[in-house]
Amino acid sequence: MIFHGRTIYQGAAEGEALVTTMGISFFGGVDPDTGVVVENGHQLEGQSISGKVLVFPTGKGSTVGSYTLYRLKRNGVAPVAIVNAQCETITAVGCIIAEIPCVDQVPIEQLKTGALLKIDGEQGKVEAIG
Amino acid sequence: MKLTPKQQDMLDGTHGRATQKAMEILVALGTIYGAERMVPVTSVQVAGVSYDNLGEAGLHWLSEMADGGGKTRVLTTLNPAGMDIENWQALGISEDFARQQLRVIDAFARMNVVTTCSCTPYLIGNSPHYGQHIAWSESSAVCYANSVIGARSNREGGPSALAAALTGVTPEYGMHLAENRRPGVTIHVEARLPDNNDFGALGVVIGKRLEQFKEKPIAYITGIDQASVEQLKSFSASVATYGGAAMFHMRGVTPEADRFSPPDETIVITQADLDQAQQSLISAETDEADFVSLGCPHLTLNEIARIAELLEGKRVTKEFWITTARPIKQMADRMGYTHVIEATGAKFAADTCCVVAPIKGRFNALITDSAKACYYASGKNKFKTIIMPFDEVVLAALE
Repeated sequence: MIFHGRTIYQGAAEGEALVTTMGISFFGGVDPDTGVVVENGHQLEGQSISGKVLVFPTGKGSTVGSYTLYRLKRNGVAPVAIVNAQCETITAVGCIIAEIPCVDQVPIEQLKTGALLKIDGEQGKVEAIG
Repeated sequence: MKLTPKQQDMLDGTHGRATQKAMEILVALGTIYGAERMVPVTSVQVAGVSYDNLGEAGLHWLSEMADGGGKTRVLTTLNPAGMDIENWQALGISEDFARQQLRVIDAFARMNVVTTCSCTPYLIGNSPHYGQHIAWSESSAVCYANSVIGARSNREGGPSALAAALTGVTPEYGMHLAENRRPGVTIHVEARLPDNNDFGALGVVIGKRLEQFKEKPIAYITGIDQASVEQLKSFSASVATYGGAAMFHMRGVTPEADRFSPPDETIVITQADLDQAQQSLISAETDEADFVSLGCPHLTLNEIARIAELLEGKRVTKEFWITTARPIKQMADRMGYTHVIEATGAKFAADTCCVVAPIKGRFNALITDSAKACYYASGKNKFKTIIMPFDEVVLAALE
């Protein structure tokens, strides 16, 4: 299955999908030292986004969240790529400064947690390979 | 997006690593929000300055941008830092924090950002005029600039504002386009608004109403004949904090209001609504308060003169921070206000404010005239809050 979306930030990555239907607030919602989602009541609460292809509809919360993505990357616990339904400023800026491949305008409801995804940021392409 | 040859060069890295990163940010935002091109900006205000918010990662990124040769191309000023740059010891800031904060300021200075450290750039020389495109972060200043000045800015984050500074442009979408500045709902105010805290409470009421719309409209406010700079800065801060508003129109007060007639959909705000909003910001008794702060947003010289008048010859009994921009404090120094105020035991905290200073948990309850300060005091710093009129706040510091 191949989806053609839109390039937000270039780069290629491969990893296991971690999918949520809820928005993510990186500032305050994700522990920057461990990559674990800490937002109360979030679908992903307690799960680590480290090394995953993180799939969520859109970002929310404080603009400081862009720096949280950068901090995750520096700590080695960032997602390998991000796929959104609709990207917004916080996630986009975070991916660019942290250099995390990011693609949006993908039908994320068709992506399942645990599936192996191949991301081609340059082409805005998301491929489910297993 | 359609880029000019020079903008394309920036994106390709011809102008250095930092400028390239900046242009990558702007192109991505332009793509997301459907901008067709970049527009030149005349002014930038960068938020994300306090080390308390940035942390080591934020500092590292800013240092990388400075190392990468980033230099501002337009007048660029800074939001408040986490401490008074000259007088941090008196405010109980740790040496370790001060060292890191100064590294942040140094990174900005290396990029030729003017290190004003204030949320009211429009009071201290970063004053765009009507119709100019600007790229500001700091939500209260964005709302003030769009509404009161009629300049045009989206609600930028720290990195996107810095990106505009390093390239001199911003993608043309949102508030930069005339059609997006049209009001969507009339808000008729039937309440008395004598003081800053009343305008703050009005911002809470209107902000929360706007949040209930599926697509947030711009408010067209009627029923207020006049408002001072202080009241408008208070209202801008509040409606931006509680409603994420980038702009409002106020008939008879703001310059673009006359371009439009009031939208048919109308919400009436009563005195009871306002009183209820004030009450919602009071979570302690006055005698529980151990912290008093004025200056959210940063105080005008007028306000400082009033504090001096009220405090002269007396002693404060609580920790009292007066937060303002350094140049305003320097005028207060010259006028003798600073001397009068400091003799009472009250403290100036220039360059910073009680929203961004590292004071979480340090106090029990805050007395302020600012609805925005209440929001961050309770959420971020875990203080109880009490809101009251400006003069009463000053007098409460004496009790």
